[in-house]
Amino acid sequence: MNIGLLETGSGYWNALIWIIVTVVVGIAVLWLRSKGEEKYKKNTNQTKPFLSGNPEVSKEDSHVGASHIYWGFTEALKKYYEPLVKLHTGDINDYSGWIILMMAIIFIIVGVS
Amino acid sequence: MSSILMHAPALVIALPLLAAFITPVIGRFNRKAISWFVAFILGLTLLLTLLIARHILSNGSLIYVFGASEVGLTLPSGYTVPIRIIFHIDGMGIFMGLITAVVSFLAAVYSISFMEQHSGLEKYYTLLLLLATGMFGMEFTGDIFNFFVFLEIASIASVALIAFRSTLFDEPAEAGFKYMVVSSIAALMVLFAVGLFYGQYGVLNMATIAKVLQFTHLDKIALILLLTVLAMKAGSVPMHMWTPDAYSEAPAAITMVLVAASQASLYALFRVAFSLYNVTLNTLTVGWIIIILGVLSMFIGVTMAIIQKDIKRLMAYHAISQTGYMLLGVGVGLAVLANPVALEKFGIKAMEGGIFHIMNHAMYKGLLFLTAGALFYRTGTRDLNKMGGLAHNMFYTTIFFIIGAAAIAGIPPFNGFASKLIIYESVYQFNPLLSIIAMLVSILTLASFVKVFHSAFLGPKLEQYKSVQEVPKSMVVAMATLACIIVFFGLFPDLIVKYIVHPAVMALINQAQYTATILGGM
Repeated sequence: MNIGLLETGSGYWNALIWIIVTVVVGIAVLWLRSKGEEKYKKNTNQTKPFLSGNPEVSKEDSHVGASHIYWGFTEALKKYYEPLVKLHTGDINDYSGWIILMMAIIFIIVGVS
Repeated sequence: MSSILMHAPALVIALPLLAAFITPVIGRFNRKAISWFVAFILGLTLLLTLLIARHILSNGSLIYVFGASEVGLTLPSGYTVPIRIIFHIDGMGIFMGLITAVVSFLAAVYSISFMEQHSGLEKYYTLLLLLATGMFGMEFTGDIFNFFVFLEIASIASVALIAFRSTLFDEPAEAGFKYMVVSSIAALMVLFAVGLFYGQYGVLNMATIAKVLQFTHLDKIALILLLTVLAMKAGSVPMHMWTPDAYSEAPAAITMVLVAASQASLYALFRVAFSLYNVTLNTLTVGWIIIILGVLSMFIGVTMAIIQKDIKRLMAYHAISQTGYMLLGVGVGLAVLANPVALEKFGIKAMEGGIFHIMNHAMYKGLLFLTAGALFYRTGTRDLNKMGGLAHNMFYTTIFFIIGAAAIAGIPPFNGFASKLIIYESVYQFNPLLSIIAMLVSILTLASFVKVFHSAFLGPKLEQYKSVQEVPKSMVVAMATLACIIVFFGLFPDLIVKYIVHPAVMALINQAQYTATILGGM
């Protein structure tokens, strides 16, 4: 039976087999986990986060906002992002200009080909 | 052939079109009945579309000649070219029709609760029906001037719907205005191209134009005009900038339909390249133009998405990025169209990946926009910085978001993975670098949606959202239906590819079949 068997051009993909494998691996992981150390003391320093010795901030204040996520990524790619963001002017004249520019480029490429 | 099936192509257009004008009348008597009436009409349209799909997938293309003594009479006695408007629905047309039918029906279901508190509902639903009419027409028509008319119907309805929430000259109005300008440019260029065809060949039927097309200088100009503006309407970089404006300001259900409307333009682009021009053009050059547009859209779309703070703007940039995958897959198919060995080896598969991705994208991006709408419905904001901890109160929305996000990021076993895998593997055989870029974009897509998930759903309950509840049932039902489709397509992609996608691809490639359906053995 080939239910779910997708031919991808260079190989095959079957989501049902993937799910079965995932479930088997998941069960194995849970079994391994169950063999781990259980002798820790609840509600002591053993179960609290350690933030370089600083007191833990309240849960409400610890949520990282969207603007701060991937700060390092965008900072590292500043030289890529600065001109790219500048191109998105929000000006409809520029939007129209891009259409005309692309039309001209495609005109040249198709024209000479 | 039953009479309903015989007239189904016309009914799919006529039903929403007539209902659009009946809706305001119903609204005069019972405001609440409008939403249910429109959902019923679009449900009926979906059933008709399914009926057409079943017929086409087992018997081949369906023809409907308006005004003829018989619906299949393309060439009346004494005529050598078709003179009437003909609907020509093949595997590709019905593939797109199914997307439009599902998406517009679910938009109506979602809107029952989502738009309940808004005024002007009769206008909203009239415009939604007109938008659906326009999209169906674009996908079913075999007449290029008729295509222009339906493109205009869809564009004008879209403009009004984007600006629907506008109170004065604020952001929705601005977004609507911008879309109106770019749509007008597109419509003018399409009309100009239609004029070039008609001036040379004296025909408007696409199959007939394809048959007589000689790829003159004027045909080249028509191709350039159509290629550029249809790519722009599909949201391709660098002509994509209207997309985040329009998608973010439109009501969530409309944004979902706008995605499908953009895909109708993408369909038209493919129809022009394959069915109209096919190997008369330099397929390698035009194929590479589409591939480059695709790669630019994929990469710039996703990198712009990562830095967004407005949830719908972020998703809009992802829509641009995902369009890139479709352009890439189908572009590779076009690039090797004149090379039968390469076409057979990987070209058809690349096209299957690209075309399958159109349907997958409509489903998961639709779902994601609906979840964004659900968040807006309960929190009143689209700003991710102001959200947090909503998973505590919105369980179903959270689950639907996870499904949509996993699908768009190409995580197995969801549908996005299946189409992306076909694209990766087939495109790799054409050019490995393109495939690597596509995979990198998927990783960035995942990163971006992890950001949304963390910002909106995770974390402790925020004080201002402590009383937030799950969204009403009609919104949950619409989202759940899309989630089920995504899971089903992900689990059984082989069925979708075999019965829907492959016939669509073959309908595009086989130009001789396309012309012969209308012109017979001429």
